[in-house]
Amino acid sequence: MDQPLHRALGLTDDEAASIERILGRAPNHLELAMFAVMWSEHCSYKSSRLHLKRLPTDAPWVLVGPGENAGVVDVGDGIAAAIRIESHNHPSAIEPYQGAATGVGGILRDIFTMGARPIAVMDPLRFGSLDDARSRWIAEGVVNGISGYGNSVGVPTVGGETVFDETYADNPLVNVLCLGLLPAERLVLGQATGEGNLAVLLGSTTGRDGIGGVSVLASAGFSDAEADAQKRPSVQVGDPFEEKRLIEACLELLEAGLVVGIQDLGGAGITCATSETASRGGMGMDVDVTAIPLREAGMEPFEIMTSESQERMLAIVEPSGLDAVLGICRKWDIRANVIGHVTSGPATGDEAGGRLRILDGFGGAVLADVPAASLHDDAPLYDRPRAAPSGWDEAGRTLAGPELPPCEDPAADLLAMVADTSWVWSQYDHQLYLNTVEGPGGDATVLRLKHPATGADTGRGLALSTDGNHRWCAVDPRLGTALVVAEAVLNLASVGARPLALVNCLNFGNPEHPEVMWQLSEAIDGMAEACSSFDLPVVGGNVSLYNESRGMDIDPTPVVGVLGCIDDLRRRPPGVRLVEGGRLVLVGATQPELSGSLWARDKGHRGGRLPALDPELHLRVAGVVRDLVNGGLLAGVHDISSGGLALALAELCVRSGLGAQVARVADAAELFSESPSRVVACVTPDSLPYVERVLGNAGVPFARIGVASGDRLSVKGLLDVSVAELGTVWQQRLPEALGSGTTQG
Amino acid sequence: MTTRVGVVLFPGSNCELDAMEAVSSLGGDAVVLWHGEATVQGVDAVIVPGGFAHGDYLRPGAIARFSPVMAAVQAFAEEGGPVVGICNGFQVLTEAGLLPGALQKNAGLKFLCTTVDLRVETTRSALTAGAEVGQILRVPINHFEGNYTCDADTLALLQAEDRIVLRYLDNPNGSVDDIAGICNAAGNVVGLMPHPERAISELLGSVDGTVLLRSLLDAPSRV
Repeated sequence: MDQPLHRALGLTDDEAASIERILGRAPNHLELAMFAVMWSEHCSYKSSRLHLKRLPTDAPWVLVGPGENAGVVDVGDGIAAAIRIESHNHPSAIEPYQGAATGVGGILRDIFTMGARPIAVMDPLRFGSLDDARSRWIAEGVVNGISGYGNSVGVPTVGGETVFDETYADNPLVNVLCLGLLPAERLVLGQATGEGNLAVLLGSTTGRDGIGGVSVLASAGFSDAEADAQKRPSVQVGDPFEEKRLIEACLELLEAGLVVGIQDLGGAGITCATSETASRGGMGMDVDVTAIPLREAGMEPFEIMTSESQERMLAIVEPSGLDAVLGICRKWDIRANVIGHVTSGPATGDEAGGRLRILDGFGGAVLADVPAASLHDDAPLYDRPRAAPSGWDEAGRTLAGPELPPCEDPAADLLAMVADTSWVWSQYDHQLYLNTVEGPGGDATVLRLKHPATGADTGRGLALSTDGNHRWCAVDPRLGTALVVAEAVLNLASVGARPLALVNCLNFGNPEHPEVMWQLSEAIDGMAEACSSFDLPVVGGNVSLYNESRGMDIDPTPVVGVLGCIDDLRRRPPGVRLVEGGRLVLVGATQPELSGSLWARDKGHRGGRLPALDPELHLRVAGVVRDLVNGGLLAGVHDISSGGLALALAELCVRSGLGAQVARVADAAELFSESPSRVVACVTPDSLPYVERVLGNAGVPFARIGVASGDRLSVKGLLDVSVAELGTVWQQRLPEALGSGTTQG
Repeated sequence: MTTRVGVVLFPGSNCELDAMEAVSSLGGDAVVLWHGEATVQGVDAVIVPGGFAHGDYLRPGAIARFSPVMAAVQAFAEEGGPVVGICNGFQVLTEAGLLPGALQKNAGLKFLCTTVDLRVETTRSALTAGAEVGQILRVPINHFEGNYTCDADTLALLQAEDRIVLRYLDNPNGSVDDIAGICNAAGNVVGLMPHPERAISELLGSVDGTVLLRSLLDAPSRV
């Protein structure tokens, strides 16, 4: 191990030179370690920042946009909603249970940092193929981790996604979204103001777990299983009981008006929390490293400053309020120690102005002395080379690939697709807080909206949908990402919600590969275009790079979470349901295109050209579906997405235990096409004339395609399968696969 | 007269707000009983709610039973006061010796959050006095350790004394004799794994918990 220290810490030679320029001298070990974690890809977004600026972030209802701990939007009735999504991909690849558990813990802290009570978690999960034992081991561990932590900490997990595909072998995508509510007037920000104010560390002791997690795990590629096992000590260990008490204590501190600012400790630990609060507040900070309670003896200052031990918060309080703060912490049995003093800002000209100084006891030796803002503002910004993959035709937006094979047995292809995900979400408490009107498994989650302080029911609702589709994005990351945003908007419409805000988790491969940077840049453009068309502000995001599996970059996987509002939630939305004798109406027009579809992927096919998105038509479809749902005019509804019309019909049938007889589907391409802006609606015969008039007036194409009845799903000339058989395969796929033995590779 | 219901709050409890909302929606008054205070504040009935008291560390309910408030709950129960333990609350009541038996891990060794059908087996408990024997109720369950077990003598006693309050129609967790809830000999202390407070609204999928919680709110006037 002859390499220079900065390289061992993950810094390049150029980055080390920049640090020396900033300090005007060579950094010591502690300073170098602090820069290494703060300038890591995970913390600094150095490869993606340049591109993220292109996303639209403004709307009149946005209270806090990207850059803070969470985005916040006004949802009316004096209530603000805080929302954020994060990834915990790399820790979960190494240690699935703790990786996923601490992902939940981290996102909750981002939300209650804003003064909001976390009320819902969503987990979009992506694993390698079910045929692969290691992928099954990862899947079981991740689900157990979310269940074990999320249930215990007392925040319901109300939805998400579960996707299996070989592109995620060894590198699962464990994304986690959290929604919280706060009285709009109580918004707090993560900043330290007021010279002489105190920085109080709340919660757990600091140990050696998670040291360098952001730089060792999240910002470098994976090589092989043996090397990965060596990284296990870089994964943090979670304690949901500590977190639960921390939530209650922090919300009580905020309610009592005792904190000036508050910040969670996540990636880069105390270094990040102290430097961020100081630089956001335009101040400096002195930190006494000896005042930090430790979990084990003999820890070096650099370990203490970069540890990612979980369940810790940093509160900035006025000296006069300290006793009251300590009293509330005692009540909840939460450790609280003054570890820092807010010092003057850079504007004062004071020698110590704006500095983050790490001291060996207040008044003791200075162990590190850096400009607080330099850890963020001076982080490197890279415009990494971008290149389209070979075979990409820009003009035709087509990726070269073989001809699609013919579809010989649509019924067999459909049976290979159906999978009930309740094996996953029945292990999550998805009902706590008495809000969950529509839980996991539907098109979108629906929650009652109650005032977070008074508990008063507003009679309105919130809706959430998380969506991603790596198959589309692998063909055309730009259009694929726009289609993902479109799908989320239509999912919300299917439960009667209008979209308010979007958060994104951009899961990509190694940014040092030009093709990956091209995918990332294209995906951001596609998201920006779709969000602008749909008047949907992006209020937060997370970028996870270096997702590589067995030497290959994963397929580009931007995941979006969209929050929507339901203006009148007196009745349950119809849901994914058929009623006997209901007429099936296909809303929207089908483009018979299979490129990028689940059907094509199941045939081992990649490439081609995605079906087009007409944003204006999409908004009309979403608008009329929303109106029909809110008018109580649909007996059931399901958006058409992965697996096309075929899978949408199959899910409607198995979830209702009822068959459907369908005609007017020309061929397999129409049956499995995933062209956007379409739903299947089930309409009772007496509502049908009115529904058709509404659809016609909206200028939306539609067609009667069949009737719900009997015990078979038949599509004339294409397939005929019993609902019982579909149901059995649907129900058994996950329990059978995940019960068949796993390995800790 | 409005029934005042005390809802016990341990660190790690998480269904206390739901229990209080349910009580209020049925016309009762709900107050928090903090675990560190050895009083039930003169309430008319007590709910020990669900959650993970003290993180369920060691064993669900094993630490919570030593809380000062539990001594007060015990005294209240001995005087005939109605006490209902829901989910983690049931586990606490068994650990505290207010109810016999224990709750072990589900037969499937998985956490289970779903809605099940229950049959009311007796109306001699504080929770079922207003229901009918044989009535079927759809109520959510949400637990990892809900598999009720007890020795053969205890089971015989529970059966003989008509103390099995609720049974599962389709046993989800391996509980002996399909037991979902039991009561003490007097019927004033009830423990059950299902969550009646989650079944009080059509919008949320079921109102079948209402008959149970209403029985509890009416219990003090029956004493």
